[in-house]
Amino acid sequence: MTVDIGETIVGLEIHVQLATATKLFCGCSTDYQDDGPNTHCCPVCLGLPGALPHVNRKAVEYGLKVAKALDMRVPEESEFARKNYFYPDLAKAYQITQSDKPLAVEGTVEIEDDEGHEKIVRITRAHLEEDPGRLVHVGGGSKYSLVDYNRSGIPLLEIVTEPDMRSPQEARRFLNKLRTILEYLGVFDGEREGGLRVDANISMRGSERVEVKNISSYKGVEKALTFEVTRQRNLLRRGQKVARETRHFMEGRGITTSARSKEEAHDYRYFPDPDLGPIRVTGWLAGIDLPELPTARKNRFMAQYGISLNHARTLTGDPRLADFYEHVAHIEPVLAATWVADTLLGELNYRNMGIAAVPAEQIIELLALLRSEAITDRAGVQVLREMLDACAAGKPCEAPAAIVEREGLARVVGDDFTPIVQAVVAANPQAVEDYRAGKKGALNFLVGQVMKETRGRADPRELGRIVSEYIDTGGV
Amino acid sequence: MAGTLKFSPDDRCNAFITTCAEAPFGEGVLAGTAVAVKDNISTAGIQTTCGSKILEGYVPPYDAHVVELLRRAGAAIVGKTNMDEFGMGSTTETSAFGPTKNPVDLERVPGGSSGGSAAAVAAGLVSMALGSDTGGSIRCPAAFTGIVGLKPTYGRVSRYGLIACANSLEQIGPMARTVEDASRLMSVIAHHDPRDVTMLDRPYDHQPVAGVRGLRIGIPEEFFGEGVDPRVAEKVRDAIGVLEGLGAETVRVSIPGMQYALAAYYVICTSEASSNLARFDGVRYGPAVDTRKSWHEAYQDLRRELLGAEVRRRIMLGTFALSAGYAGDYYTKAQAARRKIQEDFERVLRETDVIAGPTMPTVAFRLGEKTDPVSMYLSDILTAPANLAGIPAISVPCGRVDGLPVGLQIMGRRFEDERVIDAAYTYEQEVRA
Repeated sequence: MTVDIGETIVGLEIHVQLATATKLFCGCSTDYQDDGPNTHCCPVCLGLPGALPHVNRKAVEYGLKVAKALDMRVPEESEFARKNYFYPDLAKAYQITQSDKPLAVEGTVEIEDDEGHEKIVRITRAHLEEDPGRLVHVGGGSKYSLVDYNRSGIPLLEIVTEPDMRSPQEARRFLNKLRTILEYLGVFDGEREGGLRVDANISMRGSERVEVKNISSYKGVEKALTFEVTRQRNLLRRGQKVARETRHFMEGRGITTSARSKEEAHDYRYFPDPDLGPIRVTGWLAGIDLPELPTARKNRFMAQYGISLNHARTLTGDPRLADFYEHVAHIEPVLAATWVADTLLGELNYRNMGIAAVPAEQIIELLALLRSEAITDRAGVQVLREMLDACAAGKPCEAPAAIVEREGLARVVGDDFTPIVQAVVAANPQAVEDYRAGKKGALNFLVGQVMKETRGRADPRELGRIVSEYIDTGGV
Repeated sequence: MAGTLKFSPDDRCNAFITTCAEAPFGEGVLAGTAVAVKDNISTAGIQTTCGSKILEGYVPPYDAHVVELLRRAGAAIVGKTNMDEFGMGSTTETSAFGPTKNPVDLERVPGGSSGGSAAAVAAGLVSMALGSDTGGSIRCPAAFTGIVGLKPTYGRVSRYGLIACANSLEQIGPMARTVEDASRLMSVIAHHDPRDVTMLDRPYDHQPVAGVRGLRIGIPEEFFGEGVDPRVAEKVRDAIGVLEGLGAETVRVSIPGMQYALAAYYVICTSEASSNLARFDGVRYGPAVDTRKSWHEAYQDLRRELLGAEVRRRIMLGTFALSAGYAGDYYTKAQAARRKIQEDFERVLRETDVIAGPTMPTVAFRLGEKTDPVSMYLSDILTAPANLAGIPAISVPCGRVDGLPVGLQIMGRRFEDERVIDAAYTYEQEVRA
């Protein structure tokens, strides 16, 4: 018996920490990552009795930037509301958020679907709210937990999508795209831990919907959703029902578990926060300039530099990488694209390094050496590795030319090879026979032997020509 | 001229929760003047309890804006005055620190919730005090103890540091023996504070001026209707007659929205309060929580034990009024009623310059007399409308009934606190002369 299971439907709620210098409702610095607990607090974000919130203009501007980039509509008036619930990390026992009147509504993000076609994910709304504090569980069977209010009051932008995604992979691509846009806008620090947190709604069409709460890494979203697809499909396949519920994602184990229903039975008693007036900011929109966004930049890269779609997509996937590429592209755009998007990125990932750590001037020099064929590709990779290893170790980065000099990596050309070719041919008479008998592999073997002797300083194609000519012209 | 003021009052009325035996003061317009501060206004380094057990021992690390201004003006803050717990009451009997008594008659309540501030002024322990007024909490005790109390226009005085009962209704205001002193204190505390975004930059800088010639005074029939002691009404009519004698015109007006005022007031006030008071959960205020229990159980136990009956009643009312399925019938309707009342006052204040009537329907009650919460709530009927409308309102003494003070209430247009002060000053100067 086969059971007809509907397609996967995914909608997301994304909480983005906005990278403002100060908190949403007070002047406390948001830069607490390297400091001890409860060091970035004041009466307002501690929720001390009598303290009053006032809205950080910058946070509203950042919200509007996102609204504009996602092509959203900004209503004439929005307002802050109180979401009332008890939790030990919530200083005031209510969170200031936006409910009936969000900052922005009705936007779109373009992604690729699973077949590689472009598709639109609709954005329902985006609203501002404050992050709560953070519970620190001491562990070891301790009788208490500690509360750190450094995070309390950090501005969040909650972005809610329509249920427009059809697979965990689409959800991942959506998040990647959104994250890239946010980074382009300069409103979000992708490096910050917990800077992007996701609640995902997932169902099989025709069945109940499950909310997976608080997935704290965006890579976790695909994992959590993949687990849910399997779980829900298995239930349906066995003729069971999917329960409408909230589930938690256990990052370490890659599974979701049912949240106790007690935690779901919330009545948040939203009402407009009487301490904050209405927000009327449609007039600000005209003054908000957007940078070139990822899609536009990708298209420009292909047109301006003549590089492939794949390279353009990779390079524009991170604004810092795209900036880096544009900085070094003038040497030779296509060569630069290959080296940055493929070789450099691979080496960086291997070392867990960011593009920011790479000295652009040295890469320009390396690209120049490659363009002029002063070194081979293989030698280029070796030079790059030496440079990155030095950077990673915090040592001063040697100039590529110096590395070439020190390691003797300069490309060897023409007659310089003759003695080596002579020696290799003399030492491998059987291979020479085979070559003469028309076996192609024999030439490759001989070239490989010469490459070995030259330690990569020669271009294999050129070497092939030299070796074959040497044998053909009867050098032996 | 800075120094220290020694303060050891003979506080037989229980006006103070905390006194400062040696109160430092500086230079300025209030240099060395003893000022009492209601115990819901944050004072750095001085315990601030809101009259509640749950805040006993809480010492704010910061000053309310008005307290900063008082200190800057040289005032000596000599103590924190008793109040109904979190401002919830009209008699100062719901305080966890025992009731305050009325200096005029120790068997009577001083009114509330700023009863401690009123009693401290009326008993002569200080010449001026700060109160706060959510639905009459300055004017009621001013009327009951025979002093002057002003509820400023909403948005005229910063609420920063005022421990909120109902944010959209309340203002800090001056209480004093004379209109002149009340005005003087008002000019110290009414300065713009960007931390309170519900206030406007409209500082009060005014010397009271006597004279009401041509002033149009609206007399709303609703302020002299059922429930108002006829002898109180008569005293107030006499006082208005005094102003007429000085050249004011009276106009009979009507504020039909008044019929919804108390219901709207109590729904809005309790809704906001239920949210404001939720933070008092034992994590950071009150005694240590029993850690053998789960946190929600510990919260429940602590709040049940440390919050008084009236506070718990109002939290429950407000929680209900905001809850899913009921908010539309209560909270939303109350806001609609509030807008109606605001419109009524705006309309009347287009035809008239001020509105006058009694502050309280009766004179001060006996201690323990009001046991039924609803009859207590009804006593706010003449004061709460000004809070709903956000307009300035003053209570100035206008004679006595059975030896107990009666207050004349004068209300005005938004941000015309000066006009209200001047009208009260004119009356006060005339009857004093």
